[in-house]
Amino acid sequence: MNWKTFFALFARDVHVARRNAITMIIQTMLQPLMFVFIFGQVLIRSGMMASSYKGMLLPGIIAIAMTMTGVQAVAMPVLAEFQFTREIEDRLLSPIRTEWVAIEKILAGMLQALISGAVVALPARFLLGSDLGLSTDHLGLVCLIAVMVALFSSAGGLTLGCSVGQTQIGLMFSVVLAPMLMFGCTYYPWSALSSFPILQKLVLLNPLVYASEGLRGTLAPRYPHISTTIVIAVLALIDIGLVAAGLNRFQRKAVT
Amino acid sequence: MGVGIRTKDLRKIYTSPPPMAAAGAAFGGGFKKRSKLPKAEIVALNGVSLEVAPGEIFGLLGPNGAGKSTTVGILTTRVRPTSGEALIGSFDVWREQVSAKRLIGVVQQRPNLDFALTAREILMFHGAYFGMSSADRHRRSSELLDQFQLTPRADDLTRGFSGGMMQRLSVARALMHDPQVLFLDEPSTGLDPQTRLLLWGIIREYNQLGKTILITTHNMEEADELCHRVAIIDHGQVIALGTPAELKTSIPGGYVLQLRFSASSDGLIDRLKQLPGVTEVRQNGAGTDVYADRGGPLIPAIVAAAADSGAELHDVHISEPSLENLFLHHTGRSLRQ
Repeated sequence: MNWKTFFALFARDVHVARRNAITMIIQTMLQPLMFVFIFGQVLIRSGMMASSYKGMLLPGIIAIAMTMTGVQAVAMPVLAEFQFTREIEDRLLSPIRTEWVAIEKILAGMLQALISGAVVALPARFLLGSDLGLSTDHLGLVCLIAVMVALFSSAGGLTLGCSVGQTQIGLMFSVVLAPMLMFGCTYYPWSALSSFPILQKLVLLNPLVYASEGLRGTLAPRYPHISTTIVIAVLALIDIGLVAAGLNRFQRKAVT
Repeated sequence: MGVGIRTKDLRKIYTSPPPMAAAGAAFGGGFKKRSKLPKAEIVALNGVSLEVAPGEIFGLLGPNGAGKSTTVGILTTRVRPTSGEALIGSFDVWREQVSAKRLIGVVQQRPNLDFALTAREILMFHGAYFGMSSADRHRRSSELLDQFQLTPRADDLTRGFSGGMMQRLSVARALMHDPQVLFLDEPSTGLDPQTRLLLWGIIREYNQLGKTILITTHNMEEADELCHRVAIIDHGQVIALGTPAELKTSIPGGYVLQLRFSASSDGLIDRLKQLPGVTEVRQNGAGTDVYADRGGPLIPAIVAAAADSGAELHDVHISEPSLENLFLHHTGRSLRQ
């Protein structure tokens, strides 16, 4: 394994991410923060929602920010680099095995997802006010789940980016990402779907459900949530599946 | 000590469109859809065996779709060969990819610069991918920017560069890590004559350092000017191989007269065959190609022969001995068709 090349590839992605940091932050933060404002402030202050909703919302918002950042940070560049600009060719020709170029992409995406989760948490916490009833008892588990979420979003981004044609980017957002958000148990706990039994089973296919429920179970355990053990087990399976799919798709794109 | 290139009976059959094709992959992979359709097979290479000596400038000449880029793709690890062997030095490019990649620099047919970086950063990162030290990267990138006349724009993002500047930077990038073997896929496509000459000068200079260079081109002049040896390739096969001079003298006669008559008859063809200096006459679509050891001086005799057969000469095109004629001779088609 050629670590010098690997770190150089990683340094390139960090350099480019830093150059695009402002746009990236606006792109990933604006939507979750608007949700925080509407759900956490407007609806609560007007009395249309109970104030306890705030603590329920925050883990979901972090999950959205991380997942969307991870997916977009990898899928969009990969799509462009393979199709419009072909600029990935230079990296594919660097003296390293092709799969390591893909692993590097996943790692760089994870880093951005983790940063995005942390960066959204702060203003969201500020917008929501103090009485959130968050728990700091399970910080280790919070970190573990955050890393697993970062991994599936980034590997999922790689899989999507290598599977979607350039004409289908709009479709990717409306058919894959938008339903993921709406049915990701981000704005409500999974148990709230109990009156829709079929839907409640179906959403279990959505990785974002485990991100929201996992972060909820560790950051705000007083709200209903899926058991953290189950969440971690399923996240591990999703991670393995998406990393394998992502590497496979990347390899097929990279070599004819 | 230079590094050579060798391919043995290289074959490539595409069963799916190349991933770089504009159509892109179907949404979600389209696995089911694809498995129901019979796979369309495209034979891109059909047994190509080449031996490029260390320190040689070798040209692959052929029309679009002949298999030049697929050959380069295999030799640069980007295309998996269906069968056969491809070696850079002693490394099998498919089984020992990383070792092979260390030895090669590649300029692709279409610019593929990293649009998120400035010109200097592109060179710096490229050097870093190849494990060069920071001091080496600084020195070498400044040298190359100078040599390729890019210093004034060194710290601009490459998005706004002209085609010629992008091409120059692509070549500079390929030279950054001082590769033993340089691949240039259609390097002068879209370049103005001045930049083309600059590029040719740089290629020759690099070759004088003992480096091996493989160029693909459909530009006769380029192959003739630059290459020590040329392989003419068509439909995935090598149809002629040798120095440009050898190849040119291998065509019967050397000159080609492409003629059009008002009417053609067997009698006329026979008369043409008997003219002094004519080695071969071929019916080619609407016209007649005459291979001969002379050009213009033959015209009066041709006009007379036509008149004797009751036909009239409508159009004449005379080409001197060239690789173009060689290609025409072997395939019956012009390289530009």
